[in-house]
Amino acid sequence: MQEIRKRLTKIEERLNYISQVKGSEKWGNVDSVLQRFVAVRDAIFDISTDKMATKIHTLEDEISFLEERAEESLTGMDRVRIVRSPLRFSLKDILENVYDDYTELGGEEEASIDASMVCAKATVSAKIKGKTVTQQVMVIGHEKGHGEEYRNGGCSKPWGNEKALRFMMVAQTEGIPIHAYIFTPGSFPVEEYPGAGQQIARNIYAMTKLEVPIISIISEGGSGGAEAIGCSDYRLMFSHGYYSVISPEGGAAIEGKVREGQKIPMEMVESCAERLKITATDNLRLKTIDRIVEEPLLGAKRDAYEFFKRVKYEMIRATDEVVLKTKSLRAFRNYEMKLNRSRKELGDDAHIDVSWELNRDEMARLLEMRSKKYRAMGCEGICAKGSFLGRLASRVKEKSSKYFYNIRYDMLHSHQKQVKQVMHDVTSESAVVIKQVAGPLASVFDFFTRRQESPALLVGGEDLNREQVYDNTYTSPLANEDRTVTCPNSERLGCKDLWVPDLYGQFGGVCENCGHHFPLEYQWYLKHLFDRDSIREFNSKLLARNPLNSPDFEKRLKVAIKKTGRRSSMITFDARVRGVEVVVAMLYSNFRNGTVGSTEGEKFVQAAERARMMRRPLLSYVHTTGGIRIQEGTLGVTQMPKCTMAVREYVDAGGLYVVVYDNNSYAGPVASFLGCSYYQFAIRSSRIGFAGPRVIRDTTGVDIPPDYHSARNALKRGHIQGIWDRREFRTNLHKSLMTMGGKSLYYR
Amino acid sequence: MSQQDTINYDAVLSKFREDPFAYVDINAMHTGHIRFHVREGDKVEGLTGDFRHIKGTLLCELTRERNQKPIHCTTNGEVSFVNKVLDGQFVQAGEKIMTIRHPLKKREIIEQILRDVLVPFAAPEKAKYYFAMDIQNRIEKFGQRSVSVKAGDEVFTMSLMKRDTPVYYTGEAGIIHSVYFKPGQSMELGEPLVGVCPPEKVAVVEKIITRVKAEWE
Repeated sequence: MQEIRKRLTKIEERLNYISQVKGSEKWGNVDSVLQRFVAVRDAIFDISTDKMATKIHTLEDEISFLEERAEESLTGMDRVRIVRSPLRFSLKDILENVYDDYTELGGEEEASIDASMVCAKATVSAKIKGKTVTQQVMVIGHEKGHGEEYRNGGCSKPWGNEKALRFMMVAQTEGIPIHAYIFTPGSFPVEEYPGAGQQIARNIYAMTKLEVPIISIISEGGSGGAEAIGCSDYRLMFSHGYYSVISPEGGAAIEGKVREGQKIPMEMVESCAERLKITATDNLRLKTIDRIVEEPLLGAKRDAYEFFKRVKYEMIRATDEVVLKTKSLRAFRNYEMKLNRSRKELGDDAHIDVSWELNRDEMARLLEMRSKKYRAMGCEGICAKGSFLGRLASRVKEKSSKYFYNIRYDMLHSHQKQVKQVMHDVTSESAVVIKQVAGPLASVFDFFTRRQESPALLVGGEDLNREQVYDNTYTSPLANEDRTVTCPNSERLGCKDLWVPDLYGQFGGVCENCGHHFPLEYQWYLKHLFDRDSIREFNSKLLARNPLNSPDFEKRLKVAIKKTGRRSSMITFDARVRGVEVVVAMLYSNFRNGTVGSTEGEKFVQAAERARMMRRPLLSYVHTTGGIRIQEGTLGVTQMPKCTMAVREYVDAGGLYVVVYDNNSYAGPVASFLGCSYYQFAIRSSRIGFAGPRVIRDTTGVDIPPDYHSARNALKRGHIQGIWDRREFRTNLHKSLMTMGGKSLYYR
Repeated sequence: MSQQDTINYDAVLSKFREDPFAYVDINAMHTGHIRFHVREGDKVEGLTGDFRHIKGTLLCELTRERNQKPIHCTTNGEVSFVNKVLDGQFVQAGEKIMTIRHPLKKREIIEQILRDVLVPFAAPEKAKYYFAMDIQNRIEKFGQRSVSVKAGDEVFTMSLMKRDTPVYYTGEAGIIHSVYFKPGQSMELGEPLVGVCPPEKVAVVEKIITRVKAEWE
């Protein structure tokens, strides 16, 4: 009888799970099977055990058939529901079943700085040539089960991500690989120090050059939260998981322009989940992951022990593969690994002998491979307009420039530096001698002739004290209206109404009483920030595309192209600021609200490479950015590590990277290639953050003060280094370039 | 306590009972053409949100030099008067355009009565304030309404620029009836720190508060 009871409980569980995954009891004939099940269960004392066993067997067969049908017709949203099911395995199950032993670091259970992020030192063993080989790894991942009430659904707080980074550094010190398990719907969007976006940026920045193999595996990969621990050498994904730029509900709310508090129609969410291409197969096709780890029907649950064996094999194999690629002597082991890859059954001899310890050369090779991997990532959505000859010419030009700058800076410049040093010493010595001899005579001569000091000149010969004149260069078209506007601070600070021609002309869009900065178009900055006629745009032909073929998006892109006369939301150009040559990457609001997709990411990377090649400072001026372009799905998300990698390599090569935020800067770009800069500044009245107020309210359930994202609060939290007045932007930028860049600007 | 006081407070109470509303006049903040968005009898909402950052009901729009200025309601209640003749017309700065009838809450009535009765002691500087040690001990031991102060008593310690300065009470003697600050909280210049009640008025004040609490819903 007890056996029958157990089987009945299991049947009920399986039926409930199917209806939960499919979002309704009405799918298939689940409800009728459920009715039959209830009838059988209620008759448990009325019929004989044999008859009951037969009926249960029939039900089990029906349910198995239902499960197979459900598996065949899994939609994107079904996978989201699988991942969110409380029955799904979580990190603790993996730690218990995949690893031999583990010690949780940085807190345990609820006594942790952030219980949603678990860090553990673990040992994992494999049988190789009949011997058991045990190796150590650092396991870092999100935990959403086993104490759900304090796990926060796997949404890591900024300090949780900081904890992850701390233990990644420990792994680097100890030279052990990192296994990252991603089970997060997204990061907890609070700005309190270290700040959600800024900490993710720091994590990605550190992971780009972390000198240990990193293997990540995604079950629930929610955008920035996933990237905080997901920048790895090998990216695996569970077959029933999802990896997405935004939750389908969030995406549907944005695309459908659903107002806060209104219910989002389920059909809209379902179709959004399909459009976002969030499944493992989609991601493998888009090359945002390397391999899929198969799960049992309708996803693995906590008791899927055979599946955990598979996970163990896949994690060890992925680590072996990454490590093996760094070794010089690897041909036979590589061949063996390829043979093993196609095997479905896992024997005891499935592993090969690879030591996970790396020497200096192997580490360098590992980092180079990681760099190449991310450089190639997300290139699916890029399209350069122009003829074949034109592209060829630009390639030739690029190559020749590379050689030219290599010769100029690496060969000639170092010799020139040495010669200069010697000449400097010689002239200094002789100056002392000449001064001793000619000093008295010169002072007598000066006294009689009263020679005046010439004013100090800067690099490029421009006068330091010369003021920027605004009105005779460019006037905002906003100034052409004959009307007044009210400053938003007028009630509090008593600002008078401002006459528009004055405001956008003479005052540079700044309230003369309180200093509030009214938004200005990006062209104003192009005209006032840089030296006249110094702007030389490059990569202007790279065209923003619709790589996931989102319906209607093609049309919207065409509208944006027509409106702006540009092909993407990023403008990259060479320019001069008071004679200092800089490379600029500018995100502006008019084109899809400054969102970043594959094209913008590629343009940014090429700008960083150009700045590196030409030994120039790199400026990211963010007129506005609304985040990653959701219509590009994970191709957009991968721009985060890709661009951060470019920044890291540029900075490591000695470059000076300065970021200036204006108007509104939110989400992915702030949480990656912008937030990772050591030198971040903001223009007054701008807002900087990870998630907007509505997302914060929806996620945390708490309202935020209206000035939560203000530049001043960002400064207080230590996210930025200063706030600049728009009218002094040029002066401050030049000063920053000179003080932080040093004499040669390319400071190492 | 004189008979006169009691009668006066009865009058005050009956005044609130007869008309438990505050009448908030809305005036034009400057010249311009006005367009109303509410009518007499409409219910209106004031500022809402945890940070009082969500604007209230749009009452009217004032247009000057093609600049449309929305005027939002700052208190909840009902529109009791609208100067309809002004709709679409040019108004002068300061001109009364409408009145909002705001139903007073129990707390607001008590506050209004206490404001008339109690003697306020205002912050002499923008600083952090603490009760003097002696006063603090007495408050902790006997409760604030058992602590009496008179002119010249050291009542507060003012903490400003890491320096602690004693602050002496000036004003009519009485008991500390209401405390308007939290120790260590920065207070603006002129903000009341405490409300002192002369001893002869204590019983009347208590009686009024009890009656307001009992009688108003």
